[in-house]
Amino acid sequence: MKLRLTAEQEAVVGRARAFASSRLRPRVAEFDEAGVPREIVLALGREGLLGALVPADLGGSPLDAVTWGLVTEEIGKVCCNTRYLLTVHASIVAGTLARWGSRAQKAAWLPALASGEVVGAFALSEPETGSDAANVRTRYDASEGGFRIEGRKRWTTFGAMADVFLVLARRGDEATAFLVERDRPNVHVKPIRDILAGRGSHLAEIHFDGVDIPKENIVGSLGAGFRYVCSTALDIGRYSVAWAAVGVAQGALEAMSTYAGRREQFGQRLHEFQLVKAMIADAVTDVHAARALCMHAGLLRDKRDPDAMIESSIAKQFAARVATRVTADALQVHGAYGLLHGGVAEMLFREARALSIIEGSTQIQQLVIGVHGAKAYGEGTHET
Amino acid sequence: MVTVESIRTFIRENMVSNHRNAVLGDDDDIFKLGFVSSMTALKLVNFVETECGVTVDNDDLDVSTFSTVNRIVAFIERKLGTTLAR
Repeated sequence: MKLRLTAEQEAVVGRARAFASSRLRPRVAEFDEAGVPREIVLALGREGLLGALVPADLGGSPLDAVTWGLVTEEIGKVCCNTRYLLTVHASIVAGTLARWGSRAQKAAWLPALASGEVVGAFALSEPETGSDAANVRTRYDASEGGFRIEGRKRWTTFGAMADVFLVLARRGDEATAFLVERDRPNVHVKPIRDILAGRGSHLAEIHFDGVDIPKENIVGSLGAGFRYVCSTALDIGRYSVAWAAVGVAQGALEAMSTYAGRREQFGQRLHEFQLVKAMIADAVTDVHAARALCMHAGLLRDKRDPDAMIESSIAKQFAARVATRVTADALQVHGAYGLLHGGVAEMLFREARALSIIEGSTQIQQLVIGVHGAKAYGEGTHET
Repeated sequence: MVTVESIRTFIRENMVSNHRNAVLGDDDDIFKLGFVSSMTALKLVNFVETECGVTVDNDDLDVSTFSTVNRIVAFIERKLGTTLAR
């Protein structure tokens, strides 16, 4: 699918491409080791690339879903660690707050999130709770003037850098979302290192060891945490990660094709061998198909179509698998060079693997899509 | 224009599983009955906003607001200041 972008959309995507090329590509390996620095967060904010889901009157630079997706692809193609910032900070936290935050919360946080002066992270997963997100073990109870939060979160992307966390906690059967500022007493942050993917994305474990917050920090309302707030965050995240996967796959396709055009064996360039052509052909087809699904989901999101959420799941599931396949082939084409730590093929291969796990694993997406498919395409299933 | 029947139809068509013989009363809690998932809950909010032209705000997210057909109808009627066709 070749979607004709408007000049305005092209300009934004072009800006993201130029930023990735000039500010990210030369330092990708450095960021993978040391983490994406604050200066890059602020630079993205100055480019208007962190305020896509923030209203203009609150300092945002709103983008339609397709343009935002293409921006995510351009950044993700070059630097997955920086792309995590777009997914978690600019999409999940800013987008969810823009949707369900109180007027005061929006005024207090959204301008700073859009500029990058404040970094936000989504503290959902826990040591014992991943896919079963509704059953987090982090607890809250009433305290004087508000609530006290007790629990541990893990795999919090950009958690080690974040100034504010969007946290899901439970009290009995009730789940509620809260904003928790990092500088509150008894918030402890422990960076997670030596991980396969997202090594530079400031992953952290966050301990809330009896953190008191005012009731004004509730996002949405009491009890709406999982059903509405968290679901919104996960929906936004799924869409973002779908595009991230397209970016990784596109990056791998370009690396594979470039290398195959340069490397010679048996007196021929690699791309002249039929079996290499087959890998490139499959990659082209896969990437185009994944991007088409993402664009379709984006167009539905902009129209607020009821199927936008399920189409985002479909796009995420497919694109993540495509990223895994294409990066594996790219690494194969690179031969031993593909195994070198810090090389493009190796980095994309590692990053692709994470995309089938985060924001709803492939298997969770399959369960959701399976239920949808059985209803949507099964004969007579709507009878009651 | 949305009607009470179109709300019933939406919920029926978006139930989690294929409750072929399920009977949904207007006061039945669709969450407690397991008829809708969190994804469906958001879809329901989207439906109410796009089909009825009302905005669901953060303080409208009371657990019970969208839990039954009658409560959804009451919410829409309160927001619109009018009565939906039965």
